[in-house]
Amino acid sequence: MLLGEHTAARASAPSCDDGSGPIIALRGVGKSFVDAEGRSTIALEPVDIDVRRGEFLCLVGPSGCGKSTILNLVAGLEAPTHGTIAIRGEPVKGPGPDRTVMFQEAALFPWLTVLENVLFPLQVARVAKAEALSRAERYLRMVHLWKFRDARPHELSGGMKQRAALARSLVIEPEILLMDEPFGALDAQTADLLHAELETIWRETRKTVVFVTHNPREAVRLGDRVIVLGTRPGRVKRVVSIDLPRPRDQEQRDVALLAAVLRNELKSEIEKVLREEVDDGWRPAQEPVRPGPDRGLGGGI
Amino acid sequence: MAWAAASKLANNFLFPGPLDVAEALARSARNGVLFRALAKTTTRLLLGYSASLVGGVALGVSLARVRALRDTLGVLVLGLQAIPSVCWMPVALLAFGLNERAIFSVVVLGSMLSVSIATESAVRNVQPIIVRAAATMGATGWTLWRRVMLPAALPGIVSGARLGWTFAWRSLMAAELLFVSGGLGQVLEQGRELYDMAQVLGVVLVIVTFGLLSEALLFARIERSMRLRWGIER
Repeated sequence: MLLGEHTAARASAPSCDDGSGPIIALRGVGKSFVDAEGRSTIALEPVDIDVRRGEFLCLVGPSGCGKSTILNLVAGLEAPTHGTIAIRGEPVKGPGPDRTVMFQEAALFPWLTVLENVLFPLQVARVAKAEALSRAERYLRMVHLWKFRDARPHELSGGMKQRAALARSLVIEPEILLMDEPFGALDAQTADLLHAELETIWRETRKTVVFVTHNPREAVRLGDRVIVLGTRPGRVKRVVSIDLPRPRDQEQRDVALLAAVLRNELKSEIEKVLREEVDDGWRPAQEPVRPGPDRGLGGGI
Repeated sequence: MAWAAASKLANNFLFPGPLDVAEALARSARNGVLFRALAKTTTRLLLGYSASLVGGVALGVSLARVRALRDTLGVLVLGLQAIPSVCWMPVALLAFGLNERAIFSVVVLGSMLSVSIATESAVRNVQPIIVRAAATMGATGWTLWRRVMLPAALPGIVSGARLGWTFAWRSLMAAELLFVSGGLGQVLEQGRELYDMAQVLGVVLVIVTFGLLSEALLFARIERSMRLRWGIER
């Protein structure tokens, strides 16, 4: 079966785990904000999410679905309004060396060279100099940037910046890699290349990855599992297991078909956002897909 | 040339030609007055300026960091910044008497606040994404400030320091003119008392040269190399 589906509200991992339990466990985690006038907005309805050790989990959804919020909560950059987040059973109290975050912007420090940027987290963690250097070299070579170690961030292209940021995220050897639309600002070819590199690095290092994106194709290309989030308020809409063999290709037929299913799922959510963001003259487009029992939901594969 | 011709035409002791000015400068250089004055002025400037750099950056960082301080002291700093530094002189004279401490305090009051205002806005303008990235890499407290916030804010702080330098220089000249206690200002004042326009213009020339050199050799270079390194300009 192509779509291994679980109940929509509960996005727990299947019980066929190795018995050690999920590495990340969100229990009834919700977040609301209070604005300047004292009105409270729900950014994220309470969700339960389990992430298995070594899993590549993608969160996909339109803007305002709380996908970045979930990532920030796991990173410890924000605190949940209710519910608990545990990493290996330990509650999250703040950012920690077991989790690193990659943002859409590389957020490299402009006053440091590429090498110095990658060394930075090691220096903060007081890793001995020789050890730090050899680790920085290993990860810079892994992302093919060793040649550019003395360059400054502003001298790099967008893709190179994100590679440097990836090396910086990997260098303290965290168990969990949190990625917030890291390739969202790159052109398609560069993103494609980086997908392949990330997949390779993930297979080699066996990290647990939580990857946030608004692009269903990217989610299907990379994820073991995709959680589709709904918006206004953010909530878990559907959980889909991607049982396609790796390495995958963005242009692969199965990938495209699954992505189309997810895109359909997202459509009503995106319309919800548009209705709020554009004026009243806007009407959703007519359903272009022929209605019927066989809507190409992977049935022909 | 035009200057020389004009002064010949005017033929007035209030309008000396370039040769007269050069001669006056050479005279004061020979008898050592110029160098003694320059040395004294430079010492005062460097003392006062370094104090206002340290104090200004510290004050600016505290203002950026502590909201309560910003709401109270911040308003005061903005208000005080609007006061021309000459106005501090009666205060300094009453508080310290006619001595070096009075001059020092006028220089510091004249330049520190502009440094602190620039520092405050530079720190508050550090991109949030930089701070978040640093936080996820475990940088907190003093490490965060020393290794991330201050380097990130440095371009803004250097602009403030450059501004502070000119303010320090102006305050010092004003103070020296009024206090009559050695330094270039006194040589200037002497020239006025002796109706020696050549000497007055000579000192003005020295002051202009000093300002241009410090600007071109020091601040312009520092700022440019830093902006290149930070990738702000190419």
